[in-house]
Amino acid sequence: MSPVLAGVLQFLALAVALGLAYRPLGDYMARVYSSDKHLRVEKWIYKAIGANPSTEMRWPAYLRGVLAFSAVSVLFLYLMQRLQGSLPGSLGFVSIPADQAFNTAASFVANTNWQSYSGEQAMGHVVQTGGLAVQNFVSAAVGIAVAVALVRGFARSRTGELGNFWSDLVRGTVRILLPISVIGAVVLVACGAIQNFSGIHEVGQFMGGSQQWNGGAVASQEAIKELGTNGGGYFNANSAHPFENPNGFTNLFEIFLILVIPFALTRTFGKMVGSVKQGYAILATMVTIWVGFTALMMWTEFHHGGPAFDIAGGAMEGKENRFGVGGSSIFAVATTLTSTGAVDAFHSSFTGFGGGITMLGMQLGEIAPGGTGSGLYGMLIMAIIAVFIAGLMVGRTPEYLGKKIGTREIKFAACYILVTPALVLIFTAIAMAMPSTLTSMTNSGAHGFSEVLYAYSSGANNNGSAFAGLNANTPWFNTSIGLAMLLGRFVPMVFVLALAGSLAEQKPIPATAGTLRTEKPLFTGLLVGTVMIVAGLTYFPALALGPLAEGLAS
Amino acid sequence: MNNSVGNTARLLGAGLRALLVLTIVCGVIYPLVVTGIAQVAFSDKANGSEIKSGGKVVGSELIGQTYNLPKKDPNNADEAAQPDLKWFQPRPSNGLGTNTLNTQYQLIISGATNLSGDNEKLIKQVKDAKDAVVKDNSTAGYQVNPADVPADAVTSSGSGLDPQISPAYAKIQVHRVAERNHLDVKQVEKLVTDNTSGRILGFMGEPGVSVLKLNIALKELTQK
Repeated sequence: MSPVLAGVLQFLALAVALGLAYRPLGDYMARVYSSDKHLRVEKWIYKAIGANPSTEMRWPAYLRGVLAFSAVSVLFLYLMQRLQGSLPGSLGFVSIPADQAFNTAASFVANTNWQSYSGEQAMGHVVQTGGLAVQNFVSAAVGIAVAVALVRGFARSRTGELGNFWSDLVRGTVRILLPISVIGAVVLVACGAIQNFSGIHEVGQFMGGSQQWNGGAVASQEAIKELGTNGGGYFNANSAHPFENPNGFTNLFEIFLILVIPFALTRTFGKMVGSVKQGYAILATMVTIWVGFTALMMWTEFHHGGPAFDIAGGAMEGKENRFGVGGSSIFAVATTLTSTGAVDAFHSSFTGFGGGITMLGMQLGEIAPGGTGSGLYGMLIMAIIAVFIAGLMVGRTPEYLGKKIGTREIKFAACYILVTPALVLIFTAIAMAMPSTLTSMTNSGAHGFSEVLYAYSSGANNNGSAFAGLNANTPWFNTSIGLAMLLGRFVPMVFVLALAGSLAEQKPIPATAGTLRTEKPLFTGLLVGTVMIVAGLTYFPALALGPLAEGLAS
Repeated sequence: MNNSVGNTARLLGAGLRALLVLTIVCGVIYPLVVTGIAQVAFSDKANGSEIKSGGKVVGSELIGQTYNLPKKDPNNADEAAQPDLKWFQPRPSNGLGTNTLNTQYQLIISGATNLSGDNEKLIKQVKDAKDAVVKDNSTAGYQVNPADVPADAVTSSGSGLDPQISPAYAKIQVHRVAERNHLDVKQVEKLVTDNTSGRILGFMGEPGVSVLKLNIALKELTQK
């Protein structure tokens, strides 16, 4: 079997597996966020929090919950790293310096998992397992909570109430993320991922002598790292490390974990707004982009344009033999079209166009299918932009799911889509103007610029992957990327929740003959076009200076 | 004003309590439960899939190693490592690092070169690697054709710890290994076949040869 055919079959198998999980998981999540019942363990947690999970919140209260929880999380994770040197169970590792600790805390709370440190030499058991991995759960749960609040905004009328943040946070963690993670972690261990609490120990080598190994709760962190679209590796090599991702099956399994919740949330959305067809239209948009990007990636990576790859006879630099070009291409697209940022092959050594595809995936806003929760709300914002554009064409007030998209709503949506591009482009411009940036680059020319553009695209869009040649462990990069991650995560959330509140207050308007049918293929086509045009117009000049220049030259 | 300060404090308090409770659930109970299951059901794998040879642990099935000659001067850090051509050789690992932090340990830092396809340094690395593969593996009766050298033989992996090489790269090394160990080419070819794993279920991942397992089998054969 040729590697290309094997790559295509792997993609098809993945699509089938995601298809099988779609309905049960989507329906289950809709029940989780609609049910009035609380599990016993949840009641115990609410008591400890001191919150009444049945209190309905309007959008400002919901937002205050999100921000308070996240602010406390940043501070807690920051202090944990600053105190690592004194914490027991840290392998004797020293405390993390202030700028890097801020960057890492912001990164994990913002669901980004950008890492300017190397896991195996910097973070001990306590910080990895008790700090970073915990944020893998709760930052994902926060993302889903905000998405569910927006869906409630569409589903409810004349109220303004969006649900209870504490209840959504706890349910997402306890009922969705934890059970799937346990299963996922056990599957990974069964295939060879490590799971122990050993200290650093000596292991013999074939040629004599020994090497030193880290132990760690790797499989348990790996499962939630993918499932929560987090992406922060236990080891520096992330999912390319054999202890995180031992073989061709685990590679596909990890991609499945990355994509399963974001795709299934479109079913949850359909269920909650009372029309699964509306969910299918959103799903179809995501799938179209995902399939298109994967096909392009496979083409350019198998084609292996670039002087070094021509001599080598294949683009295997930075790729593992057990995954090959096919498995690595599927992973790279899945991780950058979601907010994951885990890598099983190093994007900096992809072909020029391949690197461009990973960058564009993030710059679309990570909505195909996007991060846990953030993908759905990002795509719904684009849907609002799309009905607005359609409304302009025919001169009608646009409406979506029975809600009028008036001035207020379109202002919130427009602000949402401006935040991340502004962060990416402004920070990239400032960084490029600084002479010190040159010393951080590994590559020069177009690829050197790509390293910086990639870093801020990844940070502001909460991806976390990197053109890792860039030495980002400097006070400037740690601070500026840290700010980009926080602003890129929480400012859009403000607009999403404000929009949700505004929608929930409206009374529904009945569909008429003139209403744009948003569950039809025509709308899916319009939405795909809107997504590509908005991102294309925003980023084309920057992409032309980086990956396009490199790709066209090879 | 006092009221809003009080509300903010109450809210942050609730956030902190929520974080602490969820830390116990997700950061203590969850990893301990998974570790418990892992250590009971898959203790070998959970602890790193170690392999023994001659009664001694010689590494992990999953982690790549180097098979180099001892350094001429052990104290010279700049001395380039020379491959011990008696053994099958792994892929290059130019992205591997050593720890710069917590230097009481000598950790291997996994990683890639992150060099781009048009980077002069990478072009040189690949060229040099290709020349070396052709030169090292050509024997009196077997000349390596540069076009037959597969990409994995001349590129560094993502982790730097790739335990495998492609079957094509193993095949190129057979004649050299047979000559250096005074073995029959057929015998060595059989070792390669025995240690080659295909795609999982016929389509997942790529075929590969575990270099460590292959060298262990080779050692057993030469010691017979």
